[in-house]
Amino acid sequence: MDVKFVNPFVQAIGNVFRTMVQTEVTIGRPHMKADPAAPTDVTGIIGLSGDVTGSVVLSFQLESAVAIASKFAGTDVEPDHPDFADALGELANMVAGNAKKDFHGYEVNISLPSVIIGQGHKVSASHVAPQLVIPCDCPLGSFAVEVSVETDKQRSVTPSMASAEAGAGQ
Amino acid sequence: MKILLVDDSRTIRNIQKNTLASMGHTDILEAADGLLALEVLSKVTPDLMLVDWNMPNMDGITLVKKIRETDKRIPIMMCTTEAEKSRVIEAIKAGVNNYVVKPFTADTLSEKIDQTLAKAGAAG
Repeated sequence: MDVKFVNPFVQAIGNVFRTMVQTEVTIGRPHMKADPAAPTDVTGIIGLSGDVTGSVVLSFQLESAVAIASKFAGTDVEPDHPDFADALGELANMVAGNAKKDFHGYEVNISLPSVIIGQGHKVSASHVAPQLVIPCDCPLGSFAVEVSVETDKQRSVTPSMASAEAGAGQ
Repeated sequence: MKILLVDDSRTIRNIQKNTLASMGHTDILEAADGLLALEVLSKVTPDLMLVDWNMPNMDGITLVKKIRETDKRIPIMMCTTEAEKSRVIEAIKAGVNNYVVKPFTADTLSEKIDQTLAKAGAAG
């Protein structure tokens, strides 16, 4: 993944959590997502389309998710509260939206958020585009932001597509 | 003063309501997407609207264009994660009076609301 797409997410995470959750986030060293993926409890997912395609996933253990959603919403929200998924989806939306403004020269659309709640579920790493994990820690708990982005130019030279095209011609 | 909040996130609408309440505005109407907002507008004319961009069923920019086909007067603030200059220009061309980018602080939101209402008042 092109590093020019990583920094906007690091900046966006800090900005969104500082402004909306009133907490400072410490960013760990980004690394490629393991396969199989580590289990998680709550994920907020945003799709990217346009000149850049991919996804942004905010991934939380339950305790962190409850603390962060509650601080953001300004009231206690447990996982069965309708605002729990709403709050975490909106945070994912803001991180993706705030990051894409710094994808200079690329026109990007973001999807509506989807939120998955289920103890120990796994979001598999993409086999098409590499997925970068940005570990995050704040006084309310730890979470991770997983980013997978690809541009038109990159898509035209990915090995999987090249082999598919070669196969189609045989 | 009636204020219509249009956002698919109830958390955001609640945050906006808290800011508005701190400014003394408590007559708040809510809609979770553009279509529901049009239903509200068929019965009530608000004094201010805060409109999100990305929503299901009908997005905010389509809603603003539809409103401006018949009503040029309702002050509309776009409140969205869409922060690119091209989107701001698109929104202003569609008829938006002011623009707030998420994430926002309560101070920024209240300042923009005051600005928008002042401009609308000055325009008569």
